[in-house]
This record gives sequence, C-alpha cells and structure tokens, in this order.
Amino acid sequence: MSATPTPSRALAPLTREASPPTTPAGQTAPPRISRRPPGIWATVGALLRKELLVELRTLESVPGMSLFAVTTFVVFHFALNQNTVSGDEAAGILWVTLLFAAMLGINRLFVADQDQGGFDAFLLAPVDRSAMLLAKALALLAYLAVLELIAVPAFGLLLLAPPLHQTLPDLLLVLVLADVGIAAIGTLVAALAVQTRARDLLGPLLALPLLVPVVIGAARASSPLLVLTRAGGHVDPSQVRWLATLALYDLVFGLIAYAVFDFLLED
Amino acid sequence: MADRGITSTLPASVPVPVPVPAGASDREPALRLEGLVRRYGEREALSDVSLSLRAGQTLVVFGPNGAGKTTLLRVLASLLRPHAGDVRVLGARLPDEAWAVRGRVGLLGHEPLLYRELTVRENLLFHARLHGVGEERVEELLGVVALADRADEPLKTLSRGMVQRAAVARATLHDPELLLLDEPWANLDPAARELVEPLIGASGGVGRTGGPGRAAELRTRVISSHDPDGGLREADLVLGLRDGRAALLREAGDVGPSEITELYR
Repeated sequence: MSATPTPSRALAPLTREASPPTTPAGQTAPPRISRRPPGIWATVGALLRKELLVELRTLESVPGMSLFAVTTFVVFHFALNQNTVSGDEAAGILWVTLLFAAMLGINRLFVADQDQGGFDAFLLAPVDRSAMLLAKALALLAYLAVLELIAVPAFGLLLLAPPLHQTLPDLLLVLVLADVGIAAIGTLVAALAVQTRARDLLGPLLALPLLVPVVIGAARASSPLLVLTRAGGHVDPSQVRWLATLALYDLVFGLIAYAVFDFLLED
Repeated sequence: MADRGITSTLPASVPVPVPVPAGASDREPALRLEGLVRRYGEREALSDVSLSLRAGQTLVVFGPNGAGKTTLLRVLASLLRPHAGDVRVLGARLPDEAWAVRGRVGLLGHEPLLYRELTVRENLLFHARLHGVGEERVEELLGVVALADRADEPLKTLSRGMVQRAAVARATLHDPELLLLDEPWANLDPAARELVEPLIGASGGVGRTGGPGRAAELRTRVISSHDPDGGLREADLVLGLRDGRAALLREAGDVGPSEITELYR
C-alpha cells in the first residue's frame, strides 16, 4: 500500500466543456481533461459491448437456450413417432420451440443489471435512456441468431423432411422478421418483469400472449417453405401477406417499446 | 471545519441557514429540501425533511438502520422520486429536472454498481464511456486506488475492500459536483481509507482545504455514517434521522458525539 503513488498528486480533476464552473471569485480554471456526454450510438455501443462480455463470461443465456431447443427437437422426434415432419406441422414445431427457447433468454436479459446495480449506474449517467432498449434488443437479437445457428440445423437433422439447404435461404427472411419482433417485445417485457419479485413467472405470462401473433405469422410464412414438393421460384401470396404482417407487428411493437421504455426505468 | 455559530436546533420543517465555508459558492444552495416526503407503500421512509446545504459543504446523516439515510441519498441522486416537498439538487428541481442532475452526481452506495463478471478495468471503462470520460482517467484512478496490478481480474475474485476501492473510483470517475456516500468507509482498512481520501475525503481532492483543481473545490458531499466521531470530523452540517424524521439538524460544531449516540437509543 505504501508504494502507491501519492493520490493527491496523481489525481487530475475533470472539467466540463459545456459549462465550465467558476470559482467563488468568478474565475474560470483552465480545463485539463474533457468530458462529453456520449451520443446515443456510443452509449448503445458501450452497453452492447458490456452485455456481450457478461454473456461470454457467464454463458447464462445462449447455451441454455440452444440446449433447450435441441432437446425439444429430440423429444418431438420420439414423441411424434415420426422420422420427418413437413409443412404446417414442421413450422409449428420449429416456431414454438424457438419461442420457448427465446423465453429463457428474455427472462435473463436484465437480471445482471438488476442484481448488480447496473440499472442505477445507467440512470446516473447523462445518457439517452432509449440506448438501453436498443442495446438490450440488439443483444437479444444476437442471442437469437446464435440460437438459430444451432437449432435450425438440428431441426433439419432430427425432424425436417425437405433438405434444409433448399429451404434455408427463404427461411432466413422469416427468421429475421420474427427475431426482430421477439427482441422488441422480449426487451420490453423483461424490463417490466425484472422489477417484480415474480419475474420468472411474470416474464412468460406477459410475453407469450404478445408473442402469439409473431409465432402465427412466422409459422404461416415458413410453412410453404417446409413442404416436400415445393415449386421452385413460386412465391405463395399468403406467405407475402404473413411476412408483411410480421414486419408491421415488428414496427408497431418497436415504436411502443421506444415510447414506454423510459417509464419502465423510472422509480 | 467551517464557520460556526449560525444554526441551532430547529424544527425539521425549517430550512437551516448554513454559513458559507471558505471556498464555497455563495450562489444557489447545492441542496435545498423543503418538506421532503418519500413513501414505500403506506410507510413513510422520509417525513417532512428540510435542510439547505451550500456548495462545498458536507452534510453527514446519522441514524439507526431503517431511519431513511439510504432513501435520502437515493432521492438526492434522482433514483427515487420524492412524493411531496420541494427538492432541489444542484439547482435542479426533482423529479421534473432529474435530467439536469445526471452526470453531476456520484453515488457510492452499499452495492458497488459494478458487474462481478467484468474486470475492474472493464467496469471502469464501461462507466467512463457512459459519462463521456477518456480512458486515461480510468488508468489514473486505477493508480490512485492502487488497483492497477489487479485491474484485469474479474471483480468477483477481489476482496470486499478492493471492490469498495473500485466502487470509489467508479463513483468519482466523472468528477461529480455532488458526492453521495453511503457509509463509504465500510470494508476499508486504514491504508485503503488513506488511498481513497483524495477522491471522497475533505482534505485531498474534495472540499475546502485546497485540493487539486477547481472542480474539486466546488464539490459537495452528503455522507451517511454510523460513526459519531468520524462523521462529525467530516461534517459541516449534521442531520440525525429517526423513523424518517429529522430528529437533529445542526451545524457540526454544535453537536457532540453523545447526541449522535442518543439517536440510536
């Protein structure tokens, strides 16, 4: 301890660029170190970086989500007593499984912040609070992307009748649109649920009804892609309708989340 | 610590006129509370608390567990909304102008507000980015709190004293104008107390005794404490809370340790 530098000499107080305070005599001291409130994207970057670092260190969300999905496909494989599924059946199994796997990540999304004071630290900083919504939604999107990188090939291997490589390019758009909806709704619900004692119960209770339209839209949009005898180049008009519905739902819930998120962080 | 002799024991609802210490601003008080009330459900955690504190002064809050000390600090930090009364912090009226307080307050609470899985450096860099502070400040503070050689270890592997030092660095990273310190010396041994003194103490970088730099001279502190002697040494103004009410509000020079001890009986 005694070998440490003399603190009073080592410490250089910050000064504020925007409105430098004055001494009681009215003199302004020269600035030494600048401090600028960060813009929203710099804040999103800092929060997202922290989020991914914490997940990398703890591995609390993504491995659990992935394992859940793969295990569920194995259970379906044996429970249905079928080697392969296609069409509506395949789409239903895929999206219900992905939805419940996503719930595991949604439930954990704000837990570290709530338990370790991250909320308070964030609220004390001079930043746009929407940055937390964006960063959390982006983090959840990243978790869903990793989940699907593992779960969709597992689904193709364990259950899906048509070869996965034929369906995957078209399925990607459905996955992206559904993931955006899950991320927006999931982040909103997780921020609400984490402030309650029954967060593990309240999260799914609030999220599942709100996510039902996402699952319906995603299942209907992906069902024509998961049939054995799919006409090459043919676009089903109902599929386009469901994709548009998904996109609209994403937009609506994105805007709702943006509008109300600040209030969820308030006391 | 400051000029004495103006204030006396007052009813809790009367703002206390406090003399301006040498080096403090004579403008708007740094804190002005009039009839502050904060409830948790039906229970009033703070009832009709009023006081005034000038920039550069230190308010020390005493009181038994559950008296409302932490609640008061969280209201002043804009983390909790006052339910009644007029609360002005650094000239901003809470809760309406809470945005004007953010970034100007440093809160050191019971929790370090640091992520256990991240290293000390990662934690401080994260907070530096949120406050728009340069990385060099992080390195500087790591040196000040003597954690430079443990900076790349996860927080969860450090002792409580080291975590408290990291939390002090976190709370003072942005050189806040107002420091809110909830039992700041908890978990710190005498050597560690000496290390953090320039960051949160009255004699080094903070307060009225010629610390390094202008920003330090203007810093104001609110400290909650259970240590009558230590707390009175730091204080310009003493607030004793009991069941959320101001049972004692006087200038520090007029308060003896026995009166503080009496609050706990």
